[in-house]
Order: sequence, then structure tokens, then C-alpha cells
Amino acid sequence: MASDAMAAQATPPAGRRRPTSRTGLTALAVVLSLISVFPVLWMVTSSFKTRATVTDGNLIPRDFTFDNFVYVFTEVPFARYLWNSFFISAVITVAALFFHSMAAYALARLRFPGREKLFGAIFATLLVTAPVVLIPLFLVARQLGLLDSYAGLIIPAIFNAFGIFLLRQFYLQLPKELEEAAIVDGCGHWRVYWNIVLPMSRPILSALAIFFFLANWNAFVWPLVATNDQSLTVVQLGIASFQTQYGSNWNYILAAATVAALPMLVLFFVFQRQIVESIKTSGLK
Amino acid sequence: MSSVAAQEGRRTSVAPAQAPVSSDRRRLSRKHREWLAAGLFLAPDVLGLLVFVAVPMVLSIGLSFFQVSGFGSYEWIGLGNYRRMMDDPLFWDSMKITGEYVVILVPVLFCVSLGLGLLVKQKLPGVGVYRTALFLPYVISLVVVGVLWKFLLDEQTGVVNRAMRAAGFDGESWLGSPSLALGCVIAVMVWVMMGYYMIIFLAGLQEIPKEFYEAAKLDGAGPWTTFRTITWPLLRPTSFFVLLMSTVAAITGGLDLIFVLTNGGPANGTSLAIFYIYQQAFGFGEYGYASAMGSFLVLIMVAVSAVIFKFTRGGRFDDGE
Repeated sequence: MASDAMAAQATPPAGRRRPTSRTGLTALAVVLSLISVFPVLWMVTSSFKTRATVTDGNLIPRDFTFDNFVYVFTEVPFARYLWNSFFISAVITVAALFFHSMAAYALARLRFPGREKLFGAIFATLLVTAPVVLIPLFLVARQLGLLDSYAGLIIPAIFNAFGIFLLRQFYLQLPKELEEAAIVDGCGHWRVYWNIVLPMSRPILSALAIFFFLANWNAFVWPLVATNDQSLTVVQLGIASFQTQYGSNWNYILAAATVAALPMLVLFFVFQRQIVESIKTSGLK
Repeated sequence: MSSVAAQEGRRTSVAPAQAPVSSDRRRLSRKHREWLAAGLFLAPDVLGLLVFVAVPMVLSIGLSFFQVSGFGSYEWIGLGNYRRMMDDPLFWDSMKITGEYVVILVPVLFCVSLGLGLLVKQKLPGVGVYRTALFLPYVISLVVVGVLWKFLLDEQTGVVNRAMRAAGFDGESWLGSPSLALGCVIAVMVWVMMGYYMIIFLAGLQEIPKEFYEAAKLDGAGPWTTFRTITWPLLRPTSFFVLLMSTVAAITGGLDLIFVLTNGGPANGTSLAIFYIYQQAFGFGEYGYASAMGSFLVLIMVAVSAVIFKFTRGGRFDDGE
């Protein structure tokens, strides 16, 4: 308090400027937030408009209708697309968390020769971005008979050094005492991992789970390459082909887009803190 | 497997107390057991990364020396694909477009995200709401984003042109001219990604000890001086990370958005290299040729990353911090 008062005395102009600049910044933040949200809002409200009014340039629909959603679910196997995306994303998320936490635990805690080198090699795969290996990945998947199957959509998407890296950082920060006590009590490594490490990593696992689910729900390029079969169409593919098919029937297209985006928006609002935390840790360490 | 490992573990750790004589041999076996456990814990991920990341990467380079025709017939043609690449004007056009795209997108995204990070770090009323709002576009898929902006940017009926006409301007054919379309792709990408990098900058900013700012305030430093002497140097690791990530993402990403928003057009104006490569591979079945161009793109990416690394000294502090 004393130093605050001193600072105010020492720099009266800054002190005087503060309230107005704060108001200005708040106004700026409000405007930028509106710009950010507005397009999404427009999509959602337009999906309740009719074919005749969808492009009328009003934010609020004058003739509110649910018909677009009914159409999307009845004329197109949209429920199937949603289920495919949900199933694939859920399986990938669970498998990835399981494998990554196991690998990360070994890299953070177990002592074995070549550990740092192995970690370096795993880390280096982070540089190999998905689009770059799309072609050979496609050929590998074709060779393994994975094309046009759930397995082909799921298995290649599980393996990603990003999750291993984050979990390893997390495990390095965990206090060792509990694990050491368990080992002294005669627990094997599996039991330590399963009964102690996993429960302790619940916060980061839930954050990563949301992140993985989101990334896979939104995935488009790999499903596009790896599937032809209508019954395997994921929701993002569904939207893209729906758009080419229905051209300017914006009411239907936007309804479909809203349905595809809605689960992620809900997930985001519910688990906002976890998502933000996982991004923060990814950037820092 | 699990219960065996557990029992084995129990036996070793209890044993030394009972028979200290042979502890030497036991320590060795415990060590080996740890090796074995590590191997089993790592096996699924290491195998998966090998098959689905490392092997494809090597394969990609190998493939670039082959002519792949139809389904599964490979013919060695040495540097043929690379020679073809050198003479392919469409490829070099796509590289030029990629260059423009990266050179505009990365700095703009960097400045916008940093600005937003600085803004939402302030103790403003309702700051949580602004953070949420600014991050929101990031959770929407690029496919939906593409559909949405195609709707908003429509020349006749789009909201953007309606607003411009209402303000007394002529509407633009946003996605109808090559340079405007590329600008739109960049703007949409900034809109999508700014919230993500904002959060990363925010995390970096929150790491800077408050004492520095308090000291600066006591010295009577203005906002610009404070930013230049405290925030900017101490934010270096974060800045490096953002710069590297966004550059790599810009060079090799954005395929989904291009597909839906412009499909490479008009007149190939938004045909980024990665899009052209995709077309050659999956549109025309030119897997070998596409792999050559892909390998070249990776080379460029590595070179650019190295430059960024050198330029920012890997994000390390160097002013005696």
C-alpha cells in the first residue's frame, strides 16, 4: 500500500491516466470479443432461418424454424456421421491416454539405458507434421489393409509425441515419495503406475482427453484420404460433401455445420479451464 | 502380466532384508526388471510412432525416387521427380503463394496474439468473458469455419458485403479474385488461431515475476519502456515457441480450410504447396512426384525452423537473465 501511494506520487500522470485507459482497454476487449464470436453466432442463428430468409442479413431469424435440423437428420445420414465421429474420437482418446501415460511414466521414472536418446527420438517426431507424411501413411495403411475401416481411422491417429511429451513433463514434477514408498512396500512397476501414478495424473489426463477428443472430432484430412465407404463417413467429411451437394441451400448447410460444432462448443464451455491449462503447459515447458 | 510383475516386484524388495548376503545379484535382477518394465510400458507407443510416423517419413523420401503408377507398381527413376519439379511452373506458383501466405500470416498472427495476450492479462472487468470469447473460434473445426466464412463472404448475399454496402462502399468479390481470396484465407486463419496463441502468450506473461513491473513502476517507466525492457526480453522463450509453431503450421497446414473455402482457387490463387501436393497425390495418383515435392517442402520447413532458431537463439535469455 505504501509503495502504491509512493508510485502514485512519483508518477502523477500515469495515475491520472489509469481510469480512462482502463475504460479504453475494456471497450477494446469488448469489441474484439464481439468480432471473435459474431461469425459463430451468425452461423447458429442462421441455421434457424428458412431457405427464403437465410441470406436476409438479419442476425435474429424472423421466421424461426427447426425444419433445417429435421431435414439434416432425415434426408442425410447425419446421425450416423455424428456417431462415427464420436466413436472414433472416443476410442482414440482412451487408447492414446493409456499408451501415452504408460510411455511417459517409463520415460520420466524408470531407469534404463538409452532413455534420454529414446526421448529425444520421440520428441523429434513432433516435427513430422501429419500433412507431410500423408502420402506414405496412406500407402502404409493400404499395405496393412487399414483403409476403409474403423481401425484405419483410429489406429494411425493414436500415436502422437505431443501427449507423451506433456505427460512426461507432468510426471517429472510429481513428488516421488509415494511411488518410492509403494516400491518399498513391494509394489511392481505396473501396480505403481496403475494405483498411484494414474490416479495422481487425473487433472492432466482430463485436460488431454478433451484436447484429443476435440482434435479428432475436428479431423478432416485423414478421414478424407482413408475412407470411401459411406457408412464410415465422419461428421467433418459429411459437412464438406454436404456443402458441395447443396450449393446455396445455406439453411441446410449451416444447420449441419451447427450440429457439428455444437458438441465442441458445449465441451469448451464445460471444460474451459482444463483446455486452457493444457494449452498453457504445452507452451511453457 | 500385471499381477506377475507386481508379485515379482514385491519379492525383490522384501528379499534384501531377509538375505542380505546375495544382495548384489538381486540388485542386478531388479535393474533388469526395471528395464523389462520400461520396455513393456514403452512398446505400444514406440511401435506405433515407428510404423505410423518414422517409417512414413523415411518412406516419403524413398518414394520420391520412384514413379508410382496406378495401384502398386513402382519404377525407380532416380532424380526424375525432382527434375520434373524444377520445371513445373504450377509447383513454383504454389511455393510462391505459400511464401506470401507464411510471410503475412505468421507476423500478423504473432502480433495479434501477443496484443490479445497483453490485453487479457490486464485486470479488466469481465476479463474471463473476453478470454472465452477470443478463444472460442479455435474449438470449431476448419471445415465448419470454411463453410461459415464462405457464407459470410458471399459476394451477393454475404454479411460482410452487406455491411460494406450499408457503409457506402462497393461490395468486393472476396473469394473471386486470387489475391483477395488469399487475404481472406489468412484473415480467417488469424481469426481461428489467435485465441490459441493468446493463451500461450498469456501463460508466458503470467510467468514474468510481478516484482519487475513494480520496480519499473517505481522508476516511472511508461508502458512502452516497460514492454521493451521487461516484457519483451522475458517473453523470449514463449515468442520463440509461438513463432516456430505457427511457421511450421503455416507451411504444412491449412489443408482443410483451403478445401472448403476456396478449393485452391480462383485461378490457383490459394493453391498452397501442401494443397498442390495433395492434389497430385490423391487427385492424379502421382504418389512419387508428390513425395518429391513433399520432401522438398520439409527441407524448406527445416531450413526456416533453423533460421528461426538461430534468429531467436532458441528462445534462450541472453541479457544476463
